[in-house]
Amino acid sequence: MRGSVRTGGGSKRRGTSVASTGLIAVALVASGCLGSGGDDTPADPTKNADATEFTLTITSNAIKGGKNSEGAEWIEDYVIPRFVEQQAEKGVTATIRFQPVGVDDAEYKSQLGLDLESGKGADIIDLDGIWVGEFAESNFIKPLDDVIGADVVSAWDGWDQIPESVQQNASYQDVRYGVPTGTDGRVIFFNRDVFAQAGLPDDWQPTSWEDILTAAQTIKDELPGDIVPLQLNAGTAMGEATTMQGFLPLLAAAGAEIHQDGRWQGDTAAVREVLELYETVYGTGLGDPVMQAEAKGRDRSFQLFTEGKVGMLLESDYFWRSVVAPGAEVAPMADRDEVVGYAKIPAITPGSGVNGQDFVSLSGGSARVINPNTEFPQQAWELMEFMNSFEATEEQVGAAPRITHRDDVNAEVLSGDPMLTFIAEEVVPLTLFRPGLLEYLDVSVAIQEATYAIIDGATVDEAIERYQSDLEAIVGDPDAIATG
Amino acid sequence: MTPMPSPPDEPPTVGPADRAGAIADVAPPQRGRRTATDVVGLGTARAVWFVAPAMLLIGIFLLFPALWTLYIGSTNFERTGPNHVNPEFTGIDNYTSVLSDPSFYNSLWVTLLFVVFSAVFGQNGLGFWLAWSLRRVDRRVRRTVETLVLLAWILPSSVVAFLWIAMLDRHGGTVNMLLDMPGTAWLVDYPLASIIIFNIWRGTAFSMMLYSAALSSVPPSHLETAQLAGATGAQTLRDVVFPHIRGHVLTNTLLITLWTFNDFSPFLITAGGPGDRTEVAAVYLYNTAIRDGDLGYSGAISLLILVANVVMALTYLRMLRKRSAT
Amino acid sequence: MRQSRHEAESDMTASIDGERSAAASRTAWRMAGRIGFYTLTCLIAAFFAIPLLWLISAPFDASPTYAVDFPEFTLANFATILANPYALPSLLNSVILAIGTAAFVVIGAALAAYALSRVRIPGRDALLYLLLLLSSVVTGTAAMVPLFLLVSEIGSAIHPMLGIDSHFAVMLVMSSGLLPAAIFMLKDFVDGIPPSYEESARVFGASPFRVLKDIVVPLITPGLATITVWTVVNVWGNFLVPFILLRDADRQPAAVLMRTLYTEAGQPNLALLATFSLLYSLPVVLMYLFVSKRYGFRFHGGIKS
Repeated sequence: MRGSVRTGGGSKRRGTSVASTGLIAVALVASGCLGSGGDDTPADPTKNADATEFTLTITSNAIKGGKNSEGAEWIEDYVIPRFVEQQAEKGVTATIRFQPVGVDDAEYKSQLGLDLESGKGADIIDLDGIWVGEFAESNFIKPLDDVIGADVVSAWDGWDQIPESVQQNASYQDVRYGVPTGTDGRVIFFNRDVFAQAGLPDDWQPTSWEDILTAAQTIKDELPGDIVPLQLNAGTAMGEATTMQGFLPLLAAAGAEIHQDGRWQGDTAAVREVLELYETVYGTGLGDPVMQAEAKGRDRSFQLFTEGKVGMLLESDYFWRSVVAPGAEVAPMADRDEVVGYAKIPAITPGSGVNGQDFVSLSGGSARVINPNTEFPQQAWELMEFMNSFEATEEQVGAAPRITHRDDVNAEVLSGDPMLTFIAEEVVPLTLFRPGLLEYLDVSVAIQEATYAIIDGATVDEAIERYQSDLEAIVGDPDAIATG
Repeated sequence: MTPMPSPPDEPPTVGPADRAGAIADVAPPQRGRRTATDVVGLGTARAVWFVAPAMLLIGIFLLFPALWTLYIGSTNFERTGPNHVNPEFTGIDNYTSVLSDPSFYNSLWVTLLFVVFSAVFGQNGLGFWLAWSLRRVDRRVRRTVETLVLLAWILPSSVVAFLWIAMLDRHGGTVNMLLDMPGTAWLVDYPLASIIIFNIWRGTAFSMMLYSAALSSVPPSHLETAQLAGATGAQTLRDVVFPHIRGHVLTNTLLITLWTFNDFSPFLITAGGPGDRTEVAAVYLYNTAIRDGDLGYSGAISLLILVANVVMALTYLRMLRKRSAT
Repeated sequence: MRQSRHEAESDMTASIDGERSAAASRTAWRMAGRIGFYTLTCLIAAFFAIPLLWLISAPFDASPTYAVDFPEFTLANFATILANPYALPSLLNSVILAIGTAAFVVIGAALAAYALSRVRIPGRDALLYLLLLLSSVVTGTAAMVPLFLLVSEIGSAIHPMLGIDSHFAVMLVMSSGLLPAAIFMLKDFVDGIPPSYEESARVFGASPFRVLKDIVVPLITPGLATITVWTVVNVWGNFLVPFILLRDADRQPAAVLMRTLYTEAGQPNLALLATFSLLYSLPVVLMYLFVSKRYGFRFHGGIKS
């Protein structure tokens, strides 16, 4: 540093002017490069329609040996070989590649965004249904009709097998962007052993929130203190699981959707009811607030459930299929079918749920879309049709039944599994989906923070005040927020 | 990234040849293309060519995206949505928003605590103590301890984060077992303390190696004199050792301050939580850029963090200059 | 008054006893001090060692938890990892990236550090500090989009090897992030070597090139070794840059693959994670041990150390 003391002002000034020229140059270039978004030129559906050789890439947030390994295996070991075979029979040489990813959802989404906006990326892309609206608004994806051609799309017979509500998962503003890939439903799981010890019925089905609280209180009174009566996801550590498995089903039970009549739910009666329930549960020892704040709290709650240390747990059928299933990797229960009970989520009182329902649920799901920059749109659609055909969907489910997007496949594969039949027949018809709007993810974070405030000791008034101001910052327009 | 600290500015002065070199450094720069230290005869022109490859790489792949990112801070660019397709120049709007955002100040405060306790006191202190104490210890003991300390630094961040999550686990963690405090949720009840201790564990290696080298440059004759005069260990430290290594202390502290300030590894352990109690600067940036997708906002935050770093660096450098002036 | 002999003797004995007890208490204190010191050293060594225990016990456990237990011994976890089609190749990819980046960094930093140390270029210190700050603060997260677009454009405009999904591009990007600090460290290392060696060689008539090759390079080899280790450690753990710039799963390094060992809901598969962590850590540790044995691992140059 001694050197720089003596170098004098001349070179320093020269240095500064070079720097500022550089900065201006960068700014000019950068401003030109920003804001490209997706391509605005209309896609040509008939491009390369007659090609006898083509290459397509599929991508999904799945990787063999890692995340969602079965999904990756289905694509690599069934879809690709079968499709190539089918094409060969027509005399067409198809090369299909799979690009596995397997990381956290937020990172996968970032990668997709980067690819799509620079005109690259795989031809068939697996998306979370909730991103469809966002990606559409950013010009990353285009309506199916534009990419493939309206008559070709509507000619597919698979649409008849997919319920309207499930199709919404792959649509935005009622326009189709892709094909949905299955759905799920949320229920209250309860441990029958714990219930038996507390003297609660084996075939429990609550019809009001009162019933749930009574059951939780009974468990708390009758059983030792290390048993958590009710696991209700809360806080920011659990991320979207708090919103999807905790807040939103309860909000539906209180009679409101998070976005209805063009407005987001702010400081409304329904939101207050939900936060008050959180306050009751976590303030009177019916739940474990510390576990909600732990980074691995959700995993921990699953583990405790299998050990008979949690009474009730609100989760999606994913819990039944992949967490506590006898062969599952992480927290298997050999006696799942006997010990794990399930019940629909009741409205606060019968009839007070959304649309006047007695019971409510919430569903998610993914969608497969076609990259608007694909070189082979018609072939990509053929591949899409194949992946969503009866045979392929049945094959995907394989030995582990779950709810697919096709009614005919569901009828086949779920018949042996009473729980999933229960979901498909009784829960999915009354379920809601999350709004595919741009602001949803920020609103979800605001919801998580509101629940965190409650478990951290704030009053409902304090939490809801902060929630309201968060909403105002996100949405901007105060008319778009419902209050009261 | 966890870069290493840089060794101090001045060479360890030993012998007349060195002193000549040191004097040459202090003398005013010479006119003409050769300087007193350029004994090989490179000359300014060839020196610039030597520097060029590195500067080319840095210019294209570091400088350009960095400046671009800072520029984005004055737009409302987002990762998706209409503000992604058509971002607008918003001038200083982002900066005023950030400066009036309580979560920004929370992040600054948390980061400050994190840096002061884990780097300035923790790594510095423990590193120095290890370097000082291990000089006289049996060679095998010294190597074992040094290896353990270095292992903590060498293992990749994601592995290390997992080890600490396992160790601090509420139910089966080793810490609760050893301290016989079952059920203590360290990462929920004492999150900042946990990541501070974690960072001390992780980074002491630098300071230890740096001080070890610095201490070996203290002339042994001075130390012997002090011992003969009957000085205690503490007095020796204060009167003989510190004057010699004051420059090193400042440089080491500057560098580990800068690096700890921008360290992302707390995210792997607490993800900034619970709530935002451990949302250090790098995590705050991650949350705004990747979780929320507010790239313009996070660009503004980047610039403000850069300013904070510059302020810290200048403070230390002023202290360093004062020292060399005396 | 003269003491009796008896009194004088007992006086002497008393004072000798006094000295002896003073010496004895001094020794006792010193022993206590040493015991205290060794206890403290043990505690500190334990502090550094304990977190590592899980890495040694969990991979061999049939059903590992977060606790450190005597494992239900099994090697099945290793078999599972080896069966994972991406696990071992990812380690190879990490090695490739590490070697490539280290090559760029070492060569670039050595040239630049030598020149900056020996020749006074105007503004060099300010420039170095600025670059150092930039490389610490504006990292991959914030610069994600610009970095991706830049590499994507370069790849399309010049050559795919410089674009997306190329190891070479990843090496270039990572080198650029590591070079400022590397130059900083190496420059101080070179500063610590007095120019007298080069001077003498020149006096004896060696050409500048020979001086560089035969005098300078051997002298700064410990510094180069240190920079190499430091670069490899940083590249080994870097997730974001390869994740943004690489697409083919066969090209991804181990840092990215670690993130895939979770289930759909984000639950970690502890058995796989622990085992892969162990495999993932081994190469770096071995490299450090090798370099430190061969070259010594020092952050500071000069003749003394």
